[in-house]
Amino acid sequence: MSRIAPCAARAREQGRGLLIPYLVAGDPDDDTTLALMQELVARGADMIELGVPFSDPSSDGPAIQRGVERALAGGATLAGVLALVRRFRERDGQTPVILMGYLNPIEIMGYGEFTAGCARAGIDGVLVVDMPPGEAGDLPALLAGRDIDRIFLVSPTTTPGRAREIIEYTSGYLYYVSLKGVTGAALEDRESVAENIAGLRELTDLPIVIGFGIRDEETALAMNALGDGVIIGSALVEKIEALPPGATGRPEAMGEAAELIGRLRRALDRDTFHGGHLSGNHDGKRVS
Amino acid sequence: MPELAPELGAEFSGPDESGHFGPYGGVFVGETLVRAVTELAEAYASLSAKPAFWREFDADLADYVGRPSPLYLAERLSEAWGGARIWLKREDLNHTGAHKVNNTIGQALLAKYMGKTRLIAETGAGQHGVASATVAARMGLECHVYMGAEDIVRQAPNVYRMKLLGARVLAVESGSRTLKDAMNEALRDWATHVDDTYYIIGTVAGPHPYPRMVRDFQSVIGREARRQFLERTGALPDALVACVGGGSNAIGLFHPFLGDRDVAMYGVEAAGRGLDTTDHAAPLCAGRPGVLHGNRTYLMTDEHGQILDTHSVSAGLDYPGVGPEHAWLKDLERVRYVGATDTEALEAFHRLTRLEGIIPALESSHALARAGRLAAEMKREQNLLVNLSGRGDKDIEAVARLEGADFGTAR
Repeated sequence: MSRIAPCAARAREQGRGLLIPYLVAGDPDDDTTLALMQELVARGADMIELGVPFSDPSSDGPAIQRGVERALAGGATLAGVLALVRRFRERDGQTPVILMGYLNPIEIMGYGEFTAGCARAGIDGVLVVDMPPGEAGDLPALLAGRDIDRIFLVSPTTTPGRAREIIEYTSGYLYYVSLKGVTGAALEDRESVAENIAGLRELTDLPIVIGFGIRDEETALAMNALGDGVIIGSALVEKIEALPPGATGRPEAMGEAAELIGRLRRALDRDTFHGGHLSGNHDGKRVS
Repeated sequence: MPELAPELGAEFSGPDESGHFGPYGGVFVGETLVRAVTELAEAYASLSAKPAFWREFDADLADYVGRPSPLYLAERLSEAWGGARIWLKREDLNHTGAHKVNNTIGQALLAKYMGKTRLIAETGAGQHGVASATVAARMGLECHVYMGAEDIVRQAPNVYRMKLLGARVLAVESGSRTLKDAMNEALRDWATHVDDTYYIIGTVAGPHPYPRMVRDFQSVIGREARRQFLERTGALPDALVACVGGGSNAIGLFHPFLGDRDVAMYGVEAAGRGLDTTDHAAPLCAGRPGVLHGNRTYLMTDEHGQILDTHSVSAGLDYPGVGPEHAWLKDLERVRYVGATDTEALEAFHRLTRLEGIIPALESSHALARAGRLAAEMKREQNLLVNLSGRGDKDIEAVARLEGADFGTAR
């Protein structure tokens, strides 16, 4: 078993929402990413999603595209991301790390070498944005053989029949895309999120975390009330973009990026305290 | 439909139901787009089974595009190259000046039947953008064309044509600011406006059903050419030559001939400054299989899986991928994929212009360049059919600039 299920179970027991920041690995360099990962965990992140830089991120909006361009300009590679996670693991053996990226770098490295590398680095889950389950070939089996979770996306356009198929392939958590669009777009149709999550609850006991379009306390609380946690990407990557020169690699200089995650942690925890999270969904709707 | 063409063997009958040509093709898109491409595949399967759909398509091609396009024997060019007879399939004479319109006519019909009100397209050289803007104007649909900022500079006349036709041209500033980045941006737009938007992909790439659908629309080229060739000569050509960027004009010419085993086929990629340099756009000649823009195919990619910047004198060939059916035909060794450099293409551009009074597109000039070398190795009684996929009016400014001529008084 990877670190994801125990982490999600602990949060569920405590009735607190999962807070999962997304960083582009190597943006703007590996030392900054490593320092940020450690700092974000210290500020209350439950897991870390690490974006693997790819030259053609066609599901990502402008903020993450720019982050990817900064990382690639700094020489980021898939092999380098795995090495970065190995360094993170030297000091943190507990926080789950999930790789999120596009298929071509994995395809070129080779599925066997990739999964072996993930296992050596201590990766807990893999999400390949442009690889629907039907095109995944033997990658899910190879990952499962190494106890690495297979994370897939469900979106507002996913039909119930297809959601069933996706859930069969999924382990760890289900990533619900809150909107029609790319990462960082505006979250508009909250009612449809509520309906769709309720539908998914009928199909699975997997934790459902919600991402795309979550940028502040208000959107994080609204989405956390519907799911089991939130992923925060573009808003965080924008803070990294704004880091002053010379901040790289120094945890104490991570200012606004770290503070954003700290604020969201406090907001989600206050919500737990007031019972909003528990009474909002979970136990009532879960099919046993 | 091609009455005379032999049945295709199983190996050429792709794609399978899930959109694969052997290991290539498929549907590699983000989850938000899966339903859209599934609905598109279903709509195309249903409409393409109806003879009325093809009657409407054929009527538009006849009355609006001006088909059939002529088959022309280029005698002076053949003489100059001193070998096989060179025949040109004159796609340059189509309305809007290239083969691209065959596809946009077909996809616009599909958009109409699917009830979509907003068209989007990506474009490199601008020919597909113009062909999309044209059908949008004709049908009264909104049209947004994504074009790399780099290409907007290279192809200014086409940008203005699109604007005249009422399309919005959106400059793409990300990545290498060329065709591949325009396609990324179009995919993002589609995911954002997935309910009312129809994405007209301009080539035989992208997720299933595009490679098959665009091939079916472009196959009118090969069906006509095959019939015309038989009528004119009583036999089939010895070889076919077409340029390959994404590969839609090439697959359109080749596909109806695939079962004719004696007809050799050559796909000509942009060798840029040479296949031994990194400045080219020839994934089949010098790339490797990978996944980009919805399909698995040969790509220009580095050892870390990043897509490489490509180079070609011709914006329409300046793309790091290629249609998955070409990848499969390469592996099957049914088609030989070769390169022509910028310099060779420019030479061929001038040759055809001076000897036949036809100014070819720089894309098509790559096919001509290679055809010249092939013809010289063939016998005089043999026949070589070249797809003249587009006209060169859009390129004259670029050619003048490249050759340091003053545009006003060039040569």
